[in-house]
Amino acid sequence: MSEEVIKTEGLTRVFNKHLTAVDHVNFSVKQGEIFGFLGPNGAGKTTTINMLITILKPTEGKASVLGFDIAKQDENVRNVIGVVPQEYTADEDLTGLENVLLCADLYGIPRDVAKKRAADLLKLVELTDFKDKKVQIYSGGMRRRLELACGLINRPKLLFLDEPTLGLDVQTRTATWDYIRKLKKEFGMTLFMTTHYLEEADALCDRVAIIDHGKIVVVGTPEELKHSLGGDIITLSIKDDPDVTELIRTVENVKDVKNENGSYRIKAEYGEVTAPFIIEALRRKGYTVTKLMLTEPTLNEVYLEYTGKSMRDTEESREAFRAQRITMRRARGG
Amino acid sequence: MSELNEHHPSKLHGIWALTNRELKKWYKAPVIFLLSIIQPIIWMGLLGKAMNIGAIFTGSSFPLPQLNPPLTPQQLQQLGGYFAGLQSSIMKGAFNTTDYFSFMAVGMIAFTALFTTMFSGMSIVWDRRLGFLNKALSTPVSRAVIIFSKVLSATLRSMFQAGLIIVIAIAFGLQFGANFNPLNILGVFAILFLVCVGLSSLFIAITIRSTRMETPMAVMNLINLPMMFASNAFFPTKFMPDWLQTIAKFNPLTYTTDAVRQLLIFNTDYAQLALDFTYVGIFAVIVATIGIVLSWRFLTK
Repeated sequence: MSEEVIKTEGLTRVFNKHLTAVDHVNFSVKQGEIFGFLGPNGAGKTTTINMLITILKPTEGKASVLGFDIAKQDENVRNVIGVVPQEYTADEDLTGLENVLLCADLYGIPRDVAKKRAADLLKLVELTDFKDKKVQIYSGGMRRRLELACGLINRPKLLFLDEPTLGLDVQTRTATWDYIRKLKKEFGMTLFMTTHYLEEADALCDRVAIIDHGKIVVVGTPEELKHSLGGDIITLSIKDDPDVTELIRTVENVKDVKNENGSYRIKAEYGEVTAPFIIEALRRKGYTVTKLMLTEPTLNEVYLEYTGKSMRDTEESREAFRAQRITMRRARGG
Repeated sequence: MSELNEHHPSKLHGIWALTNRELKKWYKAPVIFLLSIIQPIIWMGLLGKAMNIGAIFTGSSFPLPQLNPPLTPQQLQQLGGYFAGLQSSIMKGAFNTTDYFSFMAVGMIAFTALFTTMFSGMSIVWDRRLGFLNKALSTPVSRAVIIFSKVLSATLRSMFQAGLIIVIAIAFGLQFGANFNPLNILGVFAILFLVCVGLSSLFIAITIRSTRMETPMAVMNLINLPMMFASNAFFPTKFMPDWLQTIAKFNPLTYTTDAVRQLLIFNTDYAQLALDFTYVGIFAVIVATIGIVLSWRFLTK
């Protein structure tokens, strides 16, 4: 088995002869990592995933999944991957257990093995108590977990997750992340996930690729991508408004300082470490910091940087990925 | 942790799992199941018993001419006997049986097969919309199995309904033909199997392409009643105008119904029965091939 679990070369899919959903995409996914495919709705994420899971045939280019060619050895590919689709595909008229067993049948897993695995998986996703209830009564989070159990029934080496937390509330979303981390840790599985939540990609993924208009814009670890923007932004105000630009500039890791109407905008690496040093340096000279705000660049800014536009998506996601802000008010004489 | 290709499932694995999934939706839903049993009873009661064509030809249906001198009771009885004989020979000539209910009940079997086959394939629209189809496509189940399971479940459902109609019809007084033998029931199921496989493959090829329920519904409404009445299901084709007879002559339901009648209520004409089976068999093979190829092409897009 090669180190590269997925490798694509010029993978392209054209719909109706002129709509290019995925345009000559090249990337590779390494053994054991969580690889995030990031982009707004309609960027080509699902089309890419559908080609990799052999539901769609590529118009051009090729890709291999676990060493199998997706076009020529599609049946082998399907045997060794697990898929958790975007939609809730479980049959509402069947119980949770029946659904998992149905998936097992689709993989041709013998009944005795399937029963044991289904029990284990339902335990893993904490649905054991509901296994004999019809899926109709399941909540969104439970359905998502059931989909996860179905996707794992064949013990895949590689699991595809298409928007695993779409439409889930914050609590359930965090719980889902925990399951995903658990899978990676316990089974040493490679995960390929698409998302349009930048926060999610940041929290989960070892590496991310940003895709827009069918093209991959950038690939790297979330840290690398954020670092490539040149560090964090510290904004601070000082009592009585003296000019301390030069003083701040001497602090280690500070890259740039700008005085904007009495508030300093400082670009610094490792902002959370640098900020206390700046405060300390100012205090030693007798200045009092009245206000401080630390903004870490998020993938949102990375996205902005590489595509020249903000995620064209919902208010909700913008809300969720708003820069993390720390506002400190120094107590007088503190 | 995970071993590669640990199982070597056969090419046809999953066919029963997928078929059973469809069937479960039906037999595990008490309301739907009950309705599917009640429906043929209502139809048979309405059509079979209400359209009591035989009664038209009885003596009491005709106003007797006022004769002078009036007929003696003996003459009246003779006349009644004459009418009864007339009725029996008209019915025999038109329907090949003296009992219209029997004639029609058998037509009902083909009618139900057609309707059930059409509507039971519709779940594939939901499978597409809800993503189940994509999920199934991402598993090692072969594309053919996905289509076959739909065809099979539609066929099994239709055959169950048809069996039910036979039972109900017997309870309502179906008169078997002179040389009926219980084994003929197997023949009935054989011909129904053929016609259902053909029809459901065709409808699945249509429904698999639509993302909305409305489209296949419209197609079915357009074709199912004409297909029903341009056949011998409720009325012998020989009294139809020529153009309609020509249509009926190509309609597989005509042959299906005829085969079932030959097997159940007529004095079996084996040459005709062989023709029926050949025609329906060829129809099933051709249409199922077209339907399955079209569905296959849609799934391997």
